[in-house]
Amino acid sequence: MITMGIDLGAKNIKVVILKDNKIVGKSNVLAGFEVEKSAQQAVDKALKEAGITKDDIEKTVSTGAGEKLAPFYDETKSVVGCDSLGAVFLHAAARSVIDVGAEEGRGMRCDETGKILDFEVNEKCAAGAGAFTESMSRALEVKLEEIGALSLKATEEIPMNAQCTVFAESEVVTMVHNKVSKANMARAVHDAMASRITSMVRKIGFDRDVVLVGGVAKNIGFVDSLNKDLGLKVIVPKDPEYVGALGAALAAASWKGGK
Amino acid sequence: MVKKPELWRWTESRWTNPDLDWKDKVITSGVDVGSVSSQAVILADGELYAYSNMRTGSDSPDSSMNAIKWAMEKTGLELDDIAYTIGTGYGRVNVPFSQRAITEIACHARGGNFMYGPTVRTILDMGGQDCKAIHCDERGKVTNFLMNDKCAAGTGRGMEVFADLLGVSINDVGDLSLDIDEEPPPVSSTCVVYAKTEATGLLREGWPKNKVLASYCSAMAHRIITLLERIGIEKDFAITGGIAKNRGVVTRLEKEVDIKIMEKSKYDPQIAGALGAALFAKALYDKGKRK
Repeated sequence: MITMGIDLGAKNIKVVILKDNKIVGKSNVLAGFEVEKSAQQAVDKALKEAGITKDDIEKTVSTGAGEKLAPFYDETKSVVGCDSLGAVFLHAAARSVIDVGAEEGRGMRCDETGKILDFEVNEKCAAGAGAFTESMSRALEVKLEEIGALSLKATEEIPMNAQCTVFAESEVVTMVHNKVSKANMARAVHDAMASRITSMVRKIGFDRDVVLVGGVAKNIGFVDSLNKDLGLKVIVPKDPEYVGALGAALAAASWKGGK
Repeated sequence: MVKKPELWRWTESRWTNPDLDWKDKVITSGVDVGSVSSQAVILADGELYAYSNMRTGSDSPDSSMNAIKWAMEKTGLELDDIAYTIGTGYGRVNVPFSQRAITEIACHARGGNFMYGPTVRTILDMGGQDCKAIHCDERGKVTNFLMNDKCAAGTGRGMEVFADLLGVSINDVGDLSLDIDEEPPPVSSTCVVYAKTEATGLLREGWPKNKVLASYCSAMAHRIITLLERIGIEKDFAITGGIAKNRGVVTRLEKEVDIKIMEKSKYDPQIAGALGAALFAKALYDKGKRK
């Protein structure tokens, strides 16, 4: 059975094509302002990679903030629902999932079939999402891809007072004036963000096997700060940004745990 | 390289009372070092003599010094002539020439009482990085307050971000936002970061700048109303702080709460905190003398 999952996030559109529970095609395209066009591109790219056409797909599930803008779909499913399915598929013992995307942060608990038991979402405030690190990397004049590694070189823990992204920008300026090193500032940024995510996750509680998904999971500096804050080592799957789309494709295949 | 215009730059101000001679009078002062702006107010025998209002620099002690020096400019006053100084605001402990620090909540109530008279019961201070709703009694004593200092939505900083995005001077935002045919719905995102993205989308859709500004001013008014609703508005109602100068926000706020906002004071609405501090300084000086 061939199914497709489309995850239309705030910043990127991810597509995963599954054939008998194996990923045969995937793509990631910047959403930009013309989301529908970008979504079409993403779908075409994934189809090409899988070497199939649209007609070969039996079922498509769409998810994410722009789920209705997918070029075609049979059903939509919530992001938390897709995330937990994807996480359990990749790591069977996963019962807690944290998803940090470009503009949203989510925490969820699920059972062995990937069914949601409880969840918490922040979609109102940039301070607990990828937008925060993005804005901070601009303020620090460090590339977003490099800010994670940079923060691992920190020599000191400097608390950040600001909880708001806009105020944090000013705070970074003050830190620059106070000659704080970029590595220490990067660490402060990730610590601040990790504490926002932790406080959200604590509301619903978490188990030992915590899977971290979403684009921000690729930021090793943030992962390190989050590990320290949670007091455990989160599991980051390969290609964490695709987990939502993977979950959507799994939902299309009516996958309910097992192999 | 072309210098980028500093759109966030609001008009700084200073004022001296032309009818007052400070000599042989007790001089007290209040300095409010805020996160965005700093003010110094000088009283002569408890009467308003001079004030300054300027942007806060990166260093609080320097900013407080700059503010008091500018207030004293061309008056012949020296720091040594000031009998008592109180620091207030975010940088209140960093006013090197002050004898004491008092919270800005107490100072705003006291200053608002002086500026708007004893009938004021609710003072809304819309500052650079925070927004406070204060209830006070007829003597300007705080009876209750609520504040947001965690989130840039509903603060001057948020407005600066928008002025910058739209390439409009912060001083013109309010008037431009009222120059529209029909009131657009408010920007739906709370977070300034997301509101910025939303506004970019609106501009791409072909919205003119004033319509986008109207949409944001309206969102800001709504945001502040949620704060006011939690504490309640008791008459009379006055507004202080930098956003008090933004007609776009104030007009929409007034319309929504349906309570008349008091006429603007003849003084700069940003000096309320420093003015309150200077009044406290006078009271404390007098108390010290009586002992």
